[in-house]
Amino acid sequence: MTGRLNLAGRWDAVVDRYNAQPKVAKVLWVTLFVVFVYALPLLRPPILTTNSIDFGGVMFRVIAFALVALGLNIVIGYAGLLDLGYVGFYCVGAYTTGVLTIYHGSWPFFLVLPVAIAVTMLTGVLLGAPTLRVRGDYLAIVTLGFGEIIRICVTNIEWVGAAAGIKNIPHPTGIGAEPKPPFDAGGLFEVPRLTWEGFVPSIDNDHKTAFLAFGSRDAIPYYWLILTTLILVLLGDRMIKASRVGRAWEATREDEDAAELMGVPTFKYKLMAFALGAAIGGLSGSFYASSQSGYINPQSFPLLLSMLFVAAVIVGGSGNRWGAIAGGALVAYLPERFRDFADYRMLFFGLALTILAVWRPEGLLPPRRARRAKAAEEEIEALEDGELEGAHDA
Amino acid sequence: MDLGALFGSFDNFLSFTIGGLVFGAIYALIALGYTMVYGVLQLINFAHSEVFMYGTFAVAWTFIFLHGTESASWSLGKALPILLVALVAAMVMSAAIALLIERFAYRPLIKKGAPKLIALISAIGASFALAEAMGLRDRFAGWVGLKDDLADYVAPDKARDVFSNPVTIEPHKLFELGGYGVTDVDLVIIAAALLMMVGLDQLIRRTRLGRGIRATAQDPESAALMGVNSTRVVQLTFLIGGLMAGAAATLYMMKIGSTRQNAGFILGVKAFTAAVMGGIGNLRGALLGGLVLGVMENWGAAVFGSEWRDVVAFVLLVLILLVRPSGILGESLGKARA
Repeated sequence: MTGRLNLAGRWDAVVDRYNAQPKVAKVLWVTLFVVFVYALPLLRPPILTTNSIDFGGVMFRVIAFALVALGLNIVIGYAGLLDLGYVGFYCVGAYTTGVLTIYHGSWPFFLVLPVAIAVTMLTGVLLGAPTLRVRGDYLAIVTLGFGEIIRICVTNIEWVGAAAGIKNIPHPTGIGAEPKPPFDAGGLFEVPRLTWEGFVPSIDNDHKTAFLAFGSRDAIPYYWLILTTLILVLLGDRMIKASRVGRAWEATREDEDAAELMGVPTFKYKLMAFALGAAIGGLSGSFYASSQSGYINPQSFPLLLSMLFVAAVIVGGSGNRWGAIAGGALVAYLPERFRDFADYRMLFFGLALTILAVWRPEGLLPPRRARRAKAAEEEIEALEDGELEGAHDA
Repeated sequence: MDLGALFGSFDNFLSFTIGGLVFGAIYALIALGYTMVYGVLQLINFAHSEVFMYGTFAVAWTFIFLHGTESASWSLGKALPILLVALVAAMVMSAAIALLIERFAYRPLIKKGAPKLIALISAIGASFALAEAMGLRDRFAGWVGLKDDLADYVAPDKARDVFSNPVTIEPHKLFELGGYGVTDVDLVIIAAALLMMVGLDQLIRRTRLGRGIRATAQDPESAALMGVNSTRVVQLTFLIGGLMAGAAATLYMMKIGSTRQNAGFILGVKAFTAAVMGGIGNLRGALLGGLVLGVMENWGAAVFGSEWRDVVAFVLLVLILLVRPSGILGESLGKARA
């Protein structure tokens, strides 16, 4: 490795040190970290906090993006399928929720959630079955087309609200008293926030978060809900990656023909990755629909969002779940943080994406296996160059 | 569904077909940029849509520069001199943007031998940045204190809105074809696109430059060993793609007459669809794909309603790929017969 800023190396050092700890310390560190992440929107640490826009809402979006990136990472990072229409699944999840909770039914959110996941999974299988036979880059344009088809369908079909979208989607059911606007926040008890004067914290008793009531005033309960989901999905992702299925994906990604010869039914596993990724996208979309504003319309799901999702996975380091989470968080957070630059933020974002890609082509946190393989390759190349010294001037 | 709208009379059918061919010709010219870059580098040049968009602005700016801002409606003959200047301006502008993208978003990655996906991200970033830069052009002009001098060009505070060419080119009916009046604008667009495609096809097939491009597409390493400068070839590929996108931009402005900073995106997606449909990496495929896509989506719009136009286009793509997984003509740039 060269002497430049080595993010992946540092990440490895952190992981190694963590693994070297005794079990009790491990549990302690994880608990501490999880508590910190849960408390983040209440702590409102300076510099990190966005001042011009509600920090809780930003954190909700950050985690929602991280969740989507985690799902897309299964498709792109594990199975190696370039899906440029992922926003379609996000959209299907959101619309299933909207249609069943208010537009054509009045189911409670937590009953709709599994249905929304099932519907998106089915959509994934329906789209995947014909398209996954197409290879490589063709898949990219076909999925891009599907993403656009789904958006045009929801724009033009009256049954799902057409261009006006769906309003007043009910929020998830909370714990404790229901919120009664405008004064009673509901919930079991209230948690105050911190406020910072420079770097000096003090308790802000004017803004409290009700535990655990989902209203339209405070985004933090939604943040807690989606963070919990993210952690559950992360655990599931870990198990499936280490299983037979995960190994089959890896084999398919590296060399499809070889995998097929070794007896891996590649089409089946690719379809599975596609469906699983779709389900997670639908899950995230469902949370999005029932979040603070409770409003979705076709403009919420532009094709550009798909590009952002793909960018999140690849910038983070395709194939590494922590990389995907970091990438998703970054892609959602940066434009919000630079909202002060208002008009220039997308320009900066575009430039940042290009610079990041050129500066770090393997992503911020590439999977350890990929890095080892690359290091080994470089070593072999160096050896070859050494042998052929003089004859080879590159 | 309204089949009568399309097949009710032969006249309707013809008019939709010709309308489709006009758009198809524009798609085909843009598709060339995708197909050439893909043929040589096996990369999807996502930023190519912005190359086209900058071209459309160059056309409008040329008209403002040479004619002024007062709106007028000219016949094709009267607009021709300015149109030719605009064509050159658009081609120069688009080629410059294409080379810029090649230099900053692609070359560093190609040198590092980076994975294909990351080049896509780099291009997506470049595409965002270029589109936004156009939408913020009034601010940039403000930075250097030229906001008032250049007000006609940068549209202060309206840089994100639709930007129109002051001169509308009035189509003039040339002759009747089955009840449909074929206009000079339609004819010029289709003819110009065909002419350029044939010219490019011959360039690739017959000249030394073309042989270099084909060799690099076929096997970059062997080509380099045989003395082909691969960086030059890649540059040339982007240059040709940019020139064609500039021509497409001029034809587009002739027909539509207005543009905006995000006009490239959907046309880019369509053109890429056309390239894939015809067989990516294949020049003749791009032409065929563009024309088929333009005609079919126009028919589809007639039958199902114009809001379903894009759905028809993408469903058609999926159907074609299911039957012919590598496009209609399915051949790569390298394998094209010499």
